Amino acid sequence: MILQALTLTLRLAVTVSFILLIVGVPLAYWLAYSRKQWKFFVEALVSLPIVLPPTVLGFYVLVAIGPLSPVGRWYQAIAGHPLAFTFEGLVIGSVLYSLPFAVQPMATSFASIDRKLLDASALLGASGWRTFCRIVLPLGLPGVLTGFVLSFAHTLGEFGVVLMIGGNIPGATRTISILIFDQVEALDYAAANRTALLLLALCFAMLAALYGLRKRAPWNVWGWK
Amino acid sequence: MEMSESATPAPAPKDDLSVRIRKSFSRESASPFALDVDFTAAAGFTILFGASGAGKTTLLDCIAGLETPDAGRIAIGPAVVFDSGSGVNVPPNRRSVGYLQQSLALFPHMTVGQNVRYGLDRLASAEREARCRQVLEAFRISAMAERRPAEISGGERQRAALARTLVTRPRVLLLDEPLTALDAVTKSQILDDLRAWNKQQQIPVLYVTHQREEVFALGENIIAIDAGRIVARGSPHEVLQRPQSETVAQLAGFENIFDCAFVAAHPEQGTMTCNVVGTNLNLEAPLSRIDGSRPLRIGIRAGDILLASQPPQGLSARNIFAGAIASLQQRDVMVVARVNCGAEFEVHLTPAARESLHLQLGGTVWLVVKTYSCQVLQDSW
Repeated sequence: MILQALTLTLRLAVTVSFILLIVGVPLAYWLAYSRKQWKFFVEALVSLPIVLPPTVLGFYVLVAIGPLSPVGRWYQAIAGHPLAFTFEGLVIGSVLYSLPFAVQPMATSFASIDRKLLDASALLGASGWRTFCRIVLPLGLPGVLTGFVLSFAHTLGEFGVVLMIGGNIPGATRTISILIFDQVEALDYAAANRTALLLLALCFAMLAALYGLRKRAPWNVWGWK
Repeated sequence: MEMSESATPAPAPKDDLSVRIRKSFSRESASPFALDVDFTAAAGFTILFGASGAGKTTLLDCIAGLETPDAGRIAIGPAVVFDSGSGVNVPPNRRSVGYLQQSLALFPHMTVGQNVRYGLDRLASAEREARCRQVLEAFRISAMAERRPAEISGGERQRAALARTLVTRPRVLLLDEPLTALDAVTKSQILDDLRAWNKQQQIPVLYVTHQREEVFALGENIIAIDAGRIVARGSPHEVLQRPQSETVAQLAGFENIFDCAFVAAHPEQGTMTCNVVGTNLNLEAPLSRIDGSRPLRIGIRAGDILLASQPPQGLSARNIFAGAIASLQQRDVMVVARVNCGAEFEVHLTPAARESLHLQLGGTVWLVVKTYSCQVLQDSW
């Protein structure tokens, strides 16, 4: 049971963190460099999950992907089953919930790159795309990796959103944090302790690896001011 | 050898850079003026000379395309890169303008070699390597090719940044005080290499500086800018030795500049008498064509003033004033004395002269200023 929950949790965290890598990098790039007047609006929106109770986010995602919503109906027509209370639904909710944890470190890292380097790249004839691939991405790599690892770790420990939109279906939506909740409800404190300890160790190992790597990784050895 | 032969370009067409732009500064900027210039720079060095904040960097940013002028036209030979009339505004990566900014902006995560190759990605790799090798040799940094910018010296970084810019064969080169931080020897070596390089390329080079030594080292042509406008142009000698405008005079090292009023002309002697406003000091200056109704100033270089400990006699100099020493300061190998003769003069002398004259604070000295050391300044705009 614990193994099933663990596998599911890791599968969710991997899926979510990779989606956030693909979505987060361009979004962070836009947030770091756009001069649009309404940028603050997007910034606030992206940061919302940090302050919002997971139940609020979970509730609206549930409504949005439920069988009564256009998205829910469209998905059911294609996939043949509803989106709510499935693994896919869980991924959608988790991506939204972990979005700021991926985007903020990436955006901070991109914004801290000296603008003169981007100018220099353009003056040497490079297109925006080439500047992004050769200058922005390598120099912003620490932030990108931090965002990736944080979104992974944050998804590991997620509870409220999962409960709201995933329910508690073994193998589909019962993640480790839900399992712990289950075990406590059943007054099986010994089992709950084992599961909780596992999650604690996993999250700690993730973060320790992240901060340890940041110290020694090649992208920090560049040693420039 | 054959390879480097093929890498040598046919002589580039000698395109002039013509610039006629106006740009007012953003509201946040402290500068209350607008950049408003009109000039053409031919192949070779043109020095843009002016105090910091005069608008020099903004001008270069506009030419490179990093900033957009409010109005005007910028063309390199027949190629128009900006024209507010027809709405042309070529982005910086397609202007073929080499621009070396003050910060150099070497890519910190790449080696010197990778930095230099960065702008050559459209070339075949043989050609790219040949050009890269050629420019690294020309700027004497072949040995540094595998090092990162953080691992080389300041002078080598300047060379690397120059090489990276020049290897792309820009049609115009803009240099924003690229050598300010370097010692004189390193500076002149790099300038020699740069000049040698441009003998082959023959492109217009705009070189921004506020240091007058650099002006004399490089200058064929100089454009002096103040508050966004061109206030003087010509050879360094014309502009700096006989400055017409006070801004240029200050930059050119006239430590003493006095507000004066015209008193009398002596055409038979080729001189005129001017009174230093607020004092009873009268200066004899060369007879100059001036507009008596507009403010007049006289500039005197601190090094052109003689000091005497006794009233001097039998001199041809027309301006001899007694004064008291208000301050004495040693600056490097020079002594700076301030002498109050009604107006305060700054005088530069050697430590040896200070010794032999027994100069002391409050002591009386006599200043001797030749008529032709008095430069009459009247802004022509």
